[in-house]
Amino acid sequence: MVKLAWLIPALPLLAWAVILLVGKRTPGKGAPIGIVAVAVGWVLSIGILAGVIGGNAPYHVDGTWAPISDQFRIPIGITVDGLAAVLLFVVTTVSLFVQIYSVSYMRGDERYTIFFAKLSLFTAGMLIVVLADNLLELLVGWEIMGICSYFLIGHYWEDHANSRAAIKAFLTTRVGDLGFMAGIFVLFWAARSFEISRIVDAAHSGQLSSGTITLGAVLLFCGAIGKSGQFPLHTWLPDAMAGPTPVSALIHAATMVAAGVFLVGRMYPVFEASPAALNEVAIIGAVTMLIAAMLALIQDDIKRVLAYSTVSQLAYMMAGLGVGGYSAGIFHLFTHAFFKALLFLAAGSIIHSIHTNNLSEMGGLRKVMPWTFTTFTIGALALAGIIPLAGFWSKDEILTDAWRAGFGGGVEGVATSQAVAQVVFVIGVVTAFLTAFYVARMLWLAFGGAYRGAGHPHESDGIILVPLVVLAIGSVFAGVVGSPLVGSNNIGKWISTPLLPAEGAIQVNWGLVAATTVIALLGIALGGALYRRGLPEREYLERIPPLYTLLERKYFLDDLYEGVFVRAVTGQLAPATYWFDQRVIDGVVNGAGLGTRRLSRGLRYLQSGQAQWYAAALFVGVVGLAVVVTQVIGR
Amino acid sequence: MRLLYPLVFAAFLFSAGVYGVLARRNAVMVLMSIELMLNAVNINLIAFNAFLQDKVLAGQVFALFVVAVAAAEVGIGLAIVLLIFRNRETVNIDEVDLLRW
Repeated sequence: MVKLAWLIPALPLLAWAVILLVGKRTPGKGAPIGIVAVAVGWVLSIGILAGVIGGNAPYHVDGTWAPISDQFRIPIGITVDGLAAVLLFVVTTVSLFVQIYSVSYMRGDERYTIFFAKLSLFTAGMLIVVLADNLLELLVGWEIMGICSYFLIGHYWEDHANSRAAIKAFLTTRVGDLGFMAGIFVLFWAARSFEISRIVDAAHSGQLSSGTITLGAVLLFCGAIGKSGQFPLHTWLPDAMAGPTPVSALIHAATMVAAGVFLVGRMYPVFEASPAALNEVAIIGAVTMLIAAMLALIQDDIKRVLAYSTVSQLAYMMAGLGVGGYSAGIFHLFTHAFFKALLFLAAGSIIHSIHTNNLSEMGGLRKVMPWTFTTFTIGALALAGIIPLAGFWSKDEILTDAWRAGFGGGVEGVATSQAVAQVVFVIGVVTAFLTAFYVARMLWLAFGGAYRGAGHPHESDGIILVPLVVLAIGSVFAGVVGSPLVGSNNIGKWISTPLLPAEGAIQVNWGLVAATTVIALLGIALGGALYRRGLPEREYLERIPPLYTLLERKYFLDDLYEGVFVRAVTGQLAPATYWFDQRVIDGVVNGAGLGTRRLSRGLRYLQSGQAQWYAAALFVGVVGLAVVVTQVIGR
Repeated sequence: MRLLYPLVFAAFLFSAGVYGVLARRNAVMVLMSIELMLNAVNINLIAFNAFLQDKVLAGQVFALFVVAVAAAEVGIGLAIVLLIFRNRETVNIDEVDLLRW
């Protein structure tokens, strides 16, 4: 089974090409091709994950893509270890159900076929990242996702705002990618290899200087910041909601944003070897989780609430990784994928029904959309971290790790400083409260009270509801898998490597569990109490004007980027390069053509048509050659 | 045998041919001048053959080839001149300058 792992990314890649070429003429307009391709991958992934759970050794195969010289070659290969197996399962599951869902959601769309082609390519990109055994290959998948996110966010490009959002997403992640590429080269220079296993070994064994490791890790993390929407490059993620809802689900649950967290997980020994890098990861995570959760409090667009919650939850994973919780961070990635995909698809079901994203135009949907309501509630409670749903277990594991690193005397082998871990823990608890609060706000505004909109809400059809139900089941049980209920630190065991041994059984801190549960319930209760009667005339936070302005303007970050960077480029740099291109580059090219024409206009009169002149020239030439040969060369 | 005489003779003959090719207006005269040049070459070939006392007579054989080729060339050349005369009622090659700018 594991030997067929290369098929998992290859099939969606093939599906992309097939859909693009002949999709329109096949039955189902190309959708079944993509679904079948990822479904086969899904089955294979389940087999591979089962193998990993059964204790199979990691599978690795590689070859040479481009032999540059004896010392330097560009490798290509795949690694299927526990981490990859878990991610393969998550990615193919979410992608499969998102594609099934899209069959109904996108029905009637004028770019229906191409939409499925792009979904397949997007999935393939993420699967390449997951299976890559070297950083260059990882970068290839990484960039495939970058361009696909651009296409998919701009799927409705007729609306100018959407194409702007697509460009913003592409350029913002590109800023991070620049650091990522620099990081790849730093690590390549230091370890003399692109292969992840060699880099990781070199970093772990102390072969590299600590400065190099820190530089490489921090630069790699830049890429993760961009892709995973961490502060200060998180601004593209909420705007990415311009894409169709299934795309949002795919981006936010399985592909793209998960890639950043996966990258940190994949290169974790490098981060572990550098306290500074680990602290940076933890601090960025802590800052992001708080500011994103605050922003989610005041959004009216249901997808934006979910987008900010994604940013916040990804920051949870980052912070978890930052405080030494390797398995906790990946565990949260695993559970988050299920409930966030569920939430987005359920939100899409609402949007499909009433044709608006705004919470202020919803309300009372509980009765008309019972299936959507039930599944959405499961996802929302999982997000809020209510026992025993998925989010609870992983979130609690992260908080437990932060507690141990911060207050519990530290964790063996983890370099994060105690103060940072304490900050992570406190902010994590605050964020847990805020999360529960905005989840409750969203639930009540969408489903509670009376319907405030102008549409005719109705329950969605079966093709939309089946993925919801499946993912809801996943949201219930995905957390239990790694919980202390069914074994000691299952996820940690699966994804452990020789360099990252499983941390052993999770020591459940029942006091902490009780505290976080109470905090989450408090948040839900408060949110419910405040928003039970629908949206107030003025948001409650508006009573604190400075804070509200700050949140409404998104901490002025967009204004900063727009005002400084974008204006500098479009105002000065772009006209200057345009002038250079038009005058200098085109000047040389056009000048070459013009010069030739001018010159030949004069020279063509030599072609007189007088055969005797030609003969005379020939004769003079032959005599001249004879003179040269005999007098100059012959001497 | 003195090589000088035939060579000087051939050089004069060739020069006369070159003059005829470059200076004559009448296309038939140009063709005849070309024959002069070819025959100058023939004289050279024969002269060297005799001078070197070549047993296989390569020079004479080549001279025969040149004579044959020259006959063919004149056949084609005269045909072209006839066609030009039929079309344009002239054999003055100064007036035949269609292939120009």
